[in-house]
Amino acid sequence: MNKIQLIHTLPNVFQSRTDIVSDIWKQDVTFEKGKRYLVEANSGTGKSSLCSYIYGYRHDYQGQILFDGEDIRRYAVAKWTDIRKNHFALLWQELRMFPELTALENVQIKNCLTRFQKKKQILEWFDMLGITEKLNAKVECLSYGQQQRVALVRALCQPFDFLLLDEPISHLDDSNSEIMERVVMAEVKRQGAGVIATSIGKRIELPYDQVFNL
Amino acid sequence: MKLVWKLLKHHISISQLVGFFLANLAGMVIILLGLQFYLDYRALENEESFMKSDYLIVNKKITTMSVLTGSQSTFEEAEVEALGNEDFVERIGVFTPSSFDVYAQFNVEGFVNFSTEMFFESVPDVFVDVESEAWTYNEGDADIPIILPKNYLDLYNLGYAQGKGMPKLSEGLIGALKLDILIGNQGIRDKFVGKIVGFSSRLNTILVPEQFMLWANKKYASADAAKEPTRLILEVNNPADERITSYLQEHNYETDEGKLDASKMTFILQLLVGIVMLVGAVICILSLCILMLSIFLLVEKNSAKLENLLLIGYSPAKVAFPYVTLTISMNALVLIMAVLIMQIVRSAYLNMFEGFFQNYDAPSVLPSLCVGFLLLLVVSAFNVVAIRGKVQGIWKAKR
Repeated sequence: MNKIQLIHTLPNVFQSRTDIVSDIWKQDVTFEKGKRYLVEANSGTGKSSLCSYIYGYRHDYQGQILFDGEDIRRYAVAKWTDIRKNHFALLWQELRMFPELTALENVQIKNCLTRFQKKKQILEWFDMLGITEKLNAKVECLSYGQQQRVALVRALCQPFDFLLLDEPISHLDDSNSEIMERVVMAEVKRQGAGVIATSIGKRIELPYDQVFNL
Repeated sequence: MKLVWKLLKHHISISQLVGFFLANLAGMVIILLGLQFYLDYRALENEESFMKSDYLIVNKKITTMSVLTGSQSTFEEAEVEALGNEDFVERIGVFTPSSFDVYAQFNVEGFVNFSTEMFFESVPDVFVDVESEAWTYNEGDADIPIILPKNYLDLYNLGYAQGKGMPKLSEGLIGALKLDILIGNQGIRDKFVGKIVGFSSRLNTILVPEQFMLWANKKYASADAAKEPTRLILEVNNPADERITSYLQEHNYETDEGKLDASKMTFILQLLVGIVMLVGAVICILSLCILMLSIFLLVEKNSAKLENLLLIGYSPAKVAFPYVTLTISMNALVLIMAVLIMQIVRSAYLNMFEGFFQNYDAPSVLPSLCVGFLLLLVVSAFNVVAIRGKVQGIWKAKR
C-alpha cells in the first residue's frame, strides 16, 4: 500500500455544520508511504473518527477514502484482516490492551499472529523504553504511560506501510517521549513506511514532511 | 493460539457446560440405544433369515359348509389379480403345488432310517431370501435345494429322538445331510438328492425353487392334476393396516394370525422406538440450545476482547476458533460417552436375548455408530456456523 487519499471526507455528524475550517475534512488529502505527517487537532474536531475511518472500523462518513485508488468501503472482511496484519499498524489513543494478560503477552498475542519480530528485539524495546521490570506484570497493574509504551511495542510487531499514532505520548514525560521517537523512527526507516501522528497539544517530535490542522 | 485461549476462557461457565454435557449425553444415549435396540430386535425377529419379513400367507377358509357344498378352495386368476391390485399389497405370488408323486428317504446309517411320501410347493424366488446360488435349479441337476418347516426338526428332536434315545440334530448339522428323493408318476421314477438349505418356522410346507417346480410339473405331472393355487403369498407395506383384515374377512380368506399379530407388534415397536428416538432428539436439541446460549453469553461477555483481537488483525475465524474447538470437543466427548453407555446397556440385554434364543446372532453396531457420527457432524457444523455468525456480528457492530 503506497497511498492513502481522502476525497471530500466528512464525518456524518458534521454534515449540518457550515463553519468547518480544516486541512483534512472536505479537502483532497494524500498521505504517501515513506513520508511523515502530523495531524494537529482540538478536542471534538473528529481526530479519533479520522483514525477509525482509515483503519476501517467505522464508516459513518461521506466522501471517499482510497487506498492506492481503491475505495475502502468495498473491502471485505478478509481484506481488512490482511491490511491490519500486514500493511497498517495503529497505536490507539485508548490503547486497546488486554488487562488480564501480562505486558509481554499483550505484545506476543500480536507477534504470534504476524511472526514478525524476534523476541530479542521485543525485549530490547522493552529495555529502551524502561519497562523491562514490567514484562511479566499484568497490564491492569501498569500506569497509563507504561501501557502506552507496551502498546507501541505491540504496534511495531508487524510489517506495515503506514504507522498511525493516535496521541502516542499523551502520558509520557519528555525523556520517555524522546526514546519513543527514536524507536519509532528507527523501525519506520527500516520498513520504509509512512507515519501519520495526531496530537491535541503534546506532539511526538518526528521530522515531519507536512502538518495538517484538523 | 494459547494466548487467545487464555484470554477468551474468561467467563466460561463450568456449570452451564456440565449441564449441556449431561443433557446432551442423555439425548444421545436415548437416540443411539433406541436405534440399536430396534436393530437388535429386528435381528431377533429375522432369525429365520431366508424369508423376507413383511409377508402374509393367505388361503381360503375350509369349513364343513364349504366341503359339503363343494365350493372351491383354490384361487381363480381373477381373484389373485383383484387382491394384487389392492393398495396395501406390494407384491403377490402364488404357491405352486407339485402334481406328481414325491417319496423321500432320510438315511444315516445306524442312526436314522426314515422314509415318507410327501409333496412339494414353490413360491416365486423374490419371496425367498437365500443366496441365489444356493436357491437355483438347472434342468438335469441331481441336487434340489429344499426348505423344510421348522416343526419337522422340532418334531424329530423333541419327540422322536427323545423317545427313541437317538441323537439330536442341529440346523447346521442337518444342512450337511442329504435326503434321497424319488419323483415320478405313472410308472416313471427318477432319483434326486435333496439339499436342505434352511428351516422355516413360518412356512408350513416343503419349499423347492420355482424353476424346479415348473420343470418337474411339466415332466411328471398327471393330466388330471389341479392347476390352480390354494395358497397365496403377499408382501404388504404395513401389516397393521386395517384394510387387510377387513378384505380377508369380506372374501372369506384366512391368514396366519400369529404372523399378522407379530407384524402388528413390530409395527407398534417401530412406532414406540420412533417416539423414544424423537424424545431423545428433542432433549439433544434443547441441550444444544443450552450450549449455544452459553456460548453466546460468553461471546457477549468477552465482546470487548473479541473486538480488540479483530482490530489487531485476527480474522473472525481465528477468533471463533477457541469456541469452535470447545464445542466440537464437547460434542465428540458426548458421542464417545454415549457409545460407551450404549455398549454397556446393550451387553446386558443381549445376554438376555441370547438366553432366550440359542442361535441369536447380534447385528453390528456400525449403523448406530454411523448415525451418531452423522449427528456429531451435523450438530458441529451447526455450532460452527452459529459461533462464526456471532463473531461476524461483532465485526459488523463496530461499523
